Formats: sequence, structure tokens, C-alpha cells
Amino acid sequence: MINYLARRLLMMIPLLIGITLMTFFIMQLAPGKPTDLVTDLNPKMSSEARDRLVKLYDLDKPWHVRYAKWVKRVARLDFGESFRDGRPVMKKIAERLPATLLLNILSLILIFTAALSIGIYSAVHKDSLFDKISTFFVYVGFSVPTFWVALLLMIGLGLKLGLLPISGLRSIHYGDLSAWGKVWDMARHLVLPVLVTGLTGLAALARYSRSAMLEVIRQDYVRTARAKGLSERDVILKHAFRNALIPIVTLLGLMLPELIGGSFIFETIFAYPGMGRLGYDAIMARDYPVLMGIGTIVALLTLLGNLLADVLYAFADPRIRYQ
Amino acid sequence: MRTGLVPAALGLLFLGGCGNLSDEPPLDSASPPAYDDSFIESSIGDASYLNPVLSSDSASGSVNGAVFNGLVKYDENIHITGDLAERWEVSQGGRVITFHLRKGVLWHDGAPFTAEDVLYTYERLKDPDVKTPHSSNFDKVLKVEAPDAWTVKVTYSEPYVPALESWGMGIVPKHVFGGAKGKDFNEHPANKSPVGTGPYRFKEWKVDEKIVLEANPDCFEGRPHIKRYIFRVIPDNSVEFLELRNKSIDTMLLTPDQYRAYGEFFEGYKRYRLPRGAYTYFAFNLGRPLFRGRNVRLALAHAVNKAELVDAVVMGLGRSASGPFLPLSWAYDPSVKDFEYDPALAVKLLAQEGWKDSDGDGILDKDGKPFAFTVVTNQGNKMRSLSAEIIQQQLKKIGVRMDIRVIEWSAFIKNFVDKKNFDALILGWTISPDPDQYSIWHSSQKKEGQYNFVGYGNPEVDRILEDGRREFDPQKRKRLYQKMHRIVHDDLPYIFLYYPDYLPVVHRRVEGIQMAPLSTFGFGWNFDKWFVREKNVRYPVRTAQ
Repeated sequence: MINYLARRLLMMIPLLIGITLMTFFIMQLAPGKPTDLVTDLNPKMSSEARDRLVKLYDLDKPWHVRYAKWVKRVARLDFGESFRDGRPVMKKIAERLPATLLLNILSLILIFTAALSIGIYSAVHKDSLFDKISTFFVYVGFSVPTFWVALLLMIGLGLKLGLLPISGLRSIHYGDLSAWGKVWDMARHLVLPVLVTGLTGLAALARYSRSAMLEVIRQDYVRTARAKGLSERDVILKHAFRNALIPIVTLLGLMLPELIGGSFIFETIFAYPGMGRLGYDAIMARDYPVLMGIGTIVALLTLLGNLLADVLYAFADPRIRYQ
Repeated sequence: MRTGLVPAALGLLFLGGCGNLSDEPPLDSASPPAYDDSFIESSIGDASYLNPVLSSDSASGSVNGAVFNGLVKYDENIHITGDLAERWEVSQGGRVITFHLRKGVLWHDGAPFTAEDVLYTYERLKDPDVKTPHSSNFDKVLKVEAPDAWTVKVTYSEPYVPALESWGMGIVPKHVFGGAKGKDFNEHPANKSPVGTGPYRFKEWKVDEKIVLEANPDCFEGRPHIKRYIFRVIPDNSVEFLELRNKSIDTMLLTPDQYRAYGEFFEGYKRYRLPRGAYTYFAFNLGRPLFRGRNVRLALAHAVNKAELVDAVVMGLGRSASGPFLPLSWAYDPSVKDFEYDPALAVKLLAQEGWKDSDGDGILDKDGKPFAFTVVTNQGNKMRSLSAEIIQQQLKKIGVRMDIRVIEWSAFIKNFVDKKNFDALILGWTISPDPDQYSIWHSSQKKEGQYNFVGYGNPEVDRILEDGRREFDPQKRKRLYQKMHRIVHDDLPYIFLYYPDYLPVVHRRVEGIQMAPLSTFGFGWNFDKWFVREKNVRYPVRTAQ
């Protein structure tokens, strides 16, 4: 196993280099430069001043020269400074990461607890009223545009009933609150974003765990377990559930990069200060250093997530052994 | 515009079910103005640099405007008046401007403001390693000297009237930056926690959430009444509108459809409607044979119904445009009569040029070629694409086929505008109060990437643009630019479509508001004089003093 892990980790290095090289190259294909936002159609700006900015950002050099420079800096774990506000990329990411992690971990917990329970229950009680109703809602949850649901909830629970704040992570007067007041304030702000971000994932995973469970329940060993005289609870949770988990573990591995990537749509609509908005703003502003920073980290996490999923397989499924 | 409709429609769904929460006490009108309260403004984006030398985005601009001062500023009548400079003299035929600085002004950290700071700011603007987008304004400066601590003498290579406006640039403190140059200046921590001379001091910046400013009691223009000025970042316009209806923000800029929404949405608020420093236009590529003749352009101008555009695109919240200057500017010539909407005349004009529908397909043709062209505009601006669609219908009525292409911004600029690769385009200009539009209309500005992309050239306009930069007498200058307004209108390089209005909304408890007519330099230009009466204070600020 250790041998296998070491090999996989080593393999990641060329993969990562390949990914960053591609990202860097593709980024250059998009028309426009980071300085455009400032210089385009600005009648107060002369072409000399434009050229000066282009030079200061090194944009007059060919892309492979800039890539080599970038790799040299990253080797020292320095991702450079954002073109937009001159601050270190790592610092910008570190500022937003906690908020994104908080939101995504909470919604992952919601997704997994709710989806697995719904999925198992409806599989065990297939074609029951609960199964039909949950299937209906799961499909609805999967098909409605989530930004629309978000707006509806904001209007209903926020504006009309006044139960929850509409957007943001903290109240304007957060600083004046007591410690418990702060926790309560943030919790209230998190309800809607967690609910809405969880919605799509929940729907998908509930469907997924339902079918995985249905598959397993028909197997011989489940019948054997029942024949042994085990309680129905033990049959479902110990014998069937563990086997149904295998495909779900793959999903968990794939969700890891999502955990830090953040979602631009939800963060924008909830005015939530997270990674998704950082990434989107960086794309729109052609902020190459920030884009490369986020790209590299997400690529690394995707690779690690895949590895984690493979390792978890081995734990969930005794038939799998890595050499 | 686009997303704004969604919450409005959804709001209807909920109207029946639950009661409205507007049980606010009526406003008091007797208690004295308080030195308290917070004012919450929302912004679509976060600021970048809280340093006027480095920033160019509007979010940073609003914050910097409250924290920093320039040497001069605009008053409510769009005339330049002193700010950090008490007065100034123009000498040597306009080549030298001598500013006499206000004495006793303190930086927020208590250090005195002197001519050294002005010199330092100027040096950074010219510093080749400083990432400033504002250096072009100072290209004509030969030297800046400080004969003493309260005098700054600027020498220009030639007389240059718009120079005065450029000294509205915020002045940054030399001592705080420790005289940093180049890269050190770009990355200095003070760009994130600014020290200025203005009515508000920087207090806190939570990235992508909010920026908090606090009143500066020692401000040379008097102590501001409103204690805290908070900028909240709300990146989605429809959510911003929900927050306004929830009364959790005090001001925002409305889109025309939001402005026209139900009156009860604005209970507790006051809507304002002001002209904006911008216009939308339909530009011809004068290099294309199709548009070379003025009669063809004139025909199209008569075929475009601007009143319909104003009604449909900005819901009547704007006015039709006649030329390159705004109705509120002294450079605008109100006597210019716009081409009236007259499709019959348009058809007649085109017929004179040989355009007739000889094959009966509804499209005019000449020498076997149909009158067809493509208009391009950028993606993401609903008003421009809507204008294009309406003009398309209007031109169809006179037998002209216009196709529309909507293109992503960067590609639009790089591949179409800069390369003059278009028949016609729809765009807008945001213009500053000074009427110098040399870079847009002078015939020397036609190179790739320059702004006279339609290829306009008129020796008389060239002369006016050159003289306008040298003429310090306001009356003479006014006559020059008014004349230009008429000439450009008559020459028809653009069909000037409309001037959209600026639509801010402010919470009713705030009094003393005077809106300045040109938004480009801040609708809250007298914000430091705004106040809330003691009994109306909504967010009392607890102070630990």
C-alpha cells in the first residue's frame, strides 16, 4: 500500500506540471489582457501610458517566458501578486478559504446526512408513499434553477417574514456583538446559503444512494444475512449499507476540489465572501496570478481527491488490494 | 435590468400572504442634527487600491473620494473650485499654474499637509515603475516645484486648460509611504489602510464584505455629521434591491425598471433622478463606402426614432441626445435642433442616392446590391442590445436591413473596434466634466487602438479641439465647444442616441442632500454635509470615549 501511495504521489508531479502548463497556455488564448479593464475606451489614457502598464505587468514578454518565471516562483511557494490590487495571491486565497470551507463543509454534512437517510429509507421502502414523495421532491430539487430558489427564499424568509438576513456572512454591526451574539449572527446568515448550496447535491446523492442501495438489497448475501436471523436493522445498516457505500465514496473523492473551489453563483447571490467570487473576478479581470494560484490548488486537490477515493475504496471493499 | 424583473415578479407572489414589515415610526423634523448614525451604501464590486494614484475602479473611487482630497474639485455647478488649494493663478499665457495650498490641514494621523506631499504624489504619477492609470493627464507637465511649504508651481510645455481638472487627483501622504518608490509604492500596506485629509478616516476593510470609514472630527471643511460610512459589497443587483426593500442598505443605484417599480417598495426612501455623465451612440464606420456619403447617414438619422428608444430602453428615464456634450455642460448648445423622426424623408434621401427597392423584396438596393450592414455591440449591456433591436425594426421600415452581432467585451474591443472591423456599432461614452474630447474627435487619433475609431476628421473641429485646450477665458471656450457640438451633430459620424439618467435612492432619514448633476465625480459630493436628526438616528454608534 505504501509503495502504491508513493508511486501515485510521484505521478502527480508531471501531471501537475502538465495541468498548469495547459492552464497557462489556454489563459493566453482568451482575448484581452489584465490591463484592459483600466485602459479600454478610457479617453483619458494615452497609448504610451497603456504600453507602460503592459510592460510593468510583464505582458510584453512571450507566454513561455512568463510561464518559466511563474514556475520558478512557485517552486519557492510564491504565487506572486494579484494584478488587480497588488496583494500576494496566497494571502488573497487564505482570506477567502475559511468562509468557503465553512459553507461547503456545512452543506456537505447536510447533503450526506439527509441524502443517505432519504436514499436508504426510500430504497428499503421502495414504492411506498414516502419513496414517491421524496422521489418527486428530489427531481424538483434537481431541476429548478437554484438561483431562483435562492431569490424565492430570500423574499419569503428574509424580506416578508423577516426571519433571516437576506445576504452576507455577518451583520453590519457584527463587531459590537458579544461572542455568542457573533456565533448566532453568523449561524443565521448561514442558513439560507447552506440550504441552497446543499439542494442540488442533496437531490443527486439521494437518487444515487437509493439506486446503490436497491442494487445491494437484491444480492444473495443480504438474503443470507436475513436467513441467518439477523434483525432487519443489522441487515440494512451492517450488511447492505456498507456495500452500497462503495460508489458513494467515489463521489466524496470528487467533491473534495469542490470543497475549496466555491461556487460563483451562490456566493454572488448571497454576497458571500468566498473563493468562487475570487475566481470569477479573476477570470473577468484576466488576473493571471490569481487564476494560476487557484487553478494549481484546485488541480492538486482534484488529484489528491482521486487518490483519496481510491484509498477509501480499499477500506470499503475488501476485494480491492493495491500493489 | 435583466435580473431586476425577477424579484419584482416574485414579490407579487408573496404580497398576499404576509404582512409588510414597514412599521417604522414617522420621521421627526424638530430635533437637532446628530453627530451619529451609520450610512450604508452598497457596491457591486470590492475596492482594489485605496490609493487614488493606483485605482481606477468605481468602488475604490467612492472610498477614496471620502478619504482623500485633491488640490481642486468640482462644485455643484460643475465649476472648478479649491479643495486642498485655497486659490491658484494661471500665468505665462497658461503655461504656469501656481497653487496656494490651504494652511493647517492635517493628515488623519496628525501630521501636517504640505507642498512636499503634492510633489511626492506627482512624482509617483510620473514614476515609470508605479502602476498608475492616470499618468496621461500629466504628460504635458514639464516640472512641478515647491517654492515654499504652501505653494506648488506647475509648469506645462504648452498651455493646457484641462490640466486644472487633473489636479483633482487625490494627494497621498509622503510621510506615510516613507517616500517609497516604484514597486514599494505599488505594494505598500498603506494602499489597504489609507491615510488621507478628507472628511472620513479609514477604519476597517473586510475583503469582499465591507469597508468602514469613520467621520474625521478635525476635517478642514468641518466635522461631518454622519459618524460612519459603510460600503457593503453586494455583487448581485437584484439581491441589492431586496436588501433595499428590507431597509438594510441606505442607498443604491436603481436601474430604470427598479425606479419604475411599485411605490411601496420605496417607502422610507427618496428616489432621485439626475442627468448622468454619459451617452449611448450609434457610430458609423466612415471608412466604409456605404457610409461615406453624408446623405445616407442623414437618412438613417431621420429613420431612427429616439423618443421610442428612450421610452423602451430606459423607460423614459433619459433624454434623446443631439451631440457629444451633455445638456448640463456649459459646452452643450441647446439651440441645436435634432433630426426629427421622418421615415418618408429618409426614403426620399436614399432614393436621391440611388437606393431603390427595384426587385420588390422590401430591401433597398443599388447596382444589384442590397442596403444591408451589421451593427456590433458588446455582451453584458442589455440596454445596448435592446437599442440595437429597436433600431433594427425602425430601419426595416425604410427598407434597410441591419443585422446585429453581440460580442464578448475583450473580443469586441480587440477584434472589432481597435481594428475598425465593423460597419456600425453601438457603444457609450462616459465623459468627464471638462469638454476636452480631443482623443475622440481629433483627426490625429485614428490609429489602431485610439478612440477616433469611426475615422472622423473635420479641420474645423480639429482647430476647435486644439484651441479649446489653450483658451483659458471661459466665455470664449464655451463658444468654441458649443460650435463643435453643432458641427459634430451636423457631420453625423454618430447618431447620438440618448443620455441615460442617473437614479440613486437614499433613505428618507438623511437630510441636507444636494445632488450634483454629473455623477462621474460622485453623487454624494456634499456627503460630509448630510445629516440625520437625533431622534431619527437608526444605527447609533457606540463610542468608547
